[in-house]
Amino acid sequence: MEIINIKNNFKEEVEDYNGITIVDFWATWCGPCKMFAPVFENVSKKLESIKFCKLNVDEDSENICKDLGIMSIPTTIIFKNGKEIKRNIGFISEDDLIKFLGDM
Amino acid sequence: MYDIIIIGAGPAGLTSAIYACQARKNILLLEKESYGGQILKADKVKNYPGFNEISGFEFATKLYNQASDLGADIKFEEAVEIKNYDDYKEVITNKNSYKTKSIVIASGAKNRKLGLNNEDKLIGKGISYCSTCDGMFFKDKEVAITGGGNNAIDDALYLSNICKKVYVIYRRKEFRFDSINLSKLKVKENVTFILNSNIINLIGNEKLEGIIIKENDTNKEITLNIDGLFITIGHIPVSNMCKNIINTNEEGYIISNEDCTTNIEGIFVAGDIRVKEIRQLTTACSDGTIAVLNACKYLNKQIKKE
Repeated sequence: MEIINIKNNFKEEVEDYNGITIVDFWATWCGPCKMFAPVFENVSKKLESIKFCKLNVDEDSENICKDLGIMSIPTTIIFKNGKEIKRNIGFISEDDLIKFLGDM
Repeated sequence: MYDIIIIGAGPAGLTSAIYACQARKNILLLEKESYGGQILKADKVKNYPGFNEISGFEFATKLYNQASDLGADIKFEEAVEIKNYDDYKEVITNKNSYKTKSIVIASGAKNRKLGLNNEDKLIGKGISYCSTCDGMFFKDKEVAITGGGNNAIDDALYLSNICKKVYVIYRRKEFRFDSINLSKLKVKENVTFILNSNIINLIGNEKLEGIIIKENDTNKEITLNIDGLFITIGHIPVSNMCKNIINTNEEGYIISNEDCTTNIEGIFVAGDIRVKEIRQLTTACSDGTIAVLNACKYLNKQIKKE
């Protein structure tokens, strides 16, 4: 599945989605986020059953970051049927991201 | 069997990799997180010769690409132990083990924590060790930064352009270094200096709500209500993987001279992990060069012996 860029459609893509979604919160000015981008992309190709999304925090007109209390990026959050179930703050390697998604 | 295993893909390790590849050595570069090391956190690098200004990320990526274009084998694994045998050495990672003729340890240092209750729990919930990564989340909010080194001053200036209010908390009465950025910081209207003071308590459970500061001479305590605390109080060395065989000082930095040799022949050290006075991007690259060229010299001597 292609990685979905969330822009004014968080509800539709994440909250209303029946299944597992993982969202990468990032920004262009964040070095570790840019390093995390290829990791996220590679894992998205390996785990086809999970929906991979990205949200640029500078384009967050819906105030999702504020609602979720995000104060550090990169942050990745796993949602199940629209509810947050797991959160990771900071850069992680490909193996650790797969482990993080492990039992999904 | 590798000729050289380099541990750490920060500026020191990447420089080693570049020189080693140019010397046509068979090398492996190990990195446990993301390449670039601490320079990744630098908003702007303005003191690397040849670059007027470059972001830490861009600099790190250029170095990384340069090394990988030259053919460096880079694996994202964490070195956990080093073993020294008569005729070879071994690096054990969290996934594999590799034999090598020589090693360059360039594992660097990680952020020093305050060591207060709740500190770990509040990381990413108001506590941050990276102003350039997280500063934007505190736009128009009140924050504090603690530390007195150049990194702390640079970060405080960066934050003062984003946040409504920045408290700069430092344990000494005076800053040890003067800099252009310190002069700029001193005239900022939204910056308040709280010197000769330590943070003794973090307030908040779900997120940081404030801090308690104690003045060293008077023992007077004050409470600051802030949304964010940036901790920039230096680093601690990452040398656990080699402490069993390599000599370190009390803090854990590897003891060496300017030639970057260690107490074991064929094992070299480069960058912030080495005991030294000046830890800068330029000196890390310098170490990386010296360590790996001495490793090459060592390898050539071994060939002659055979």
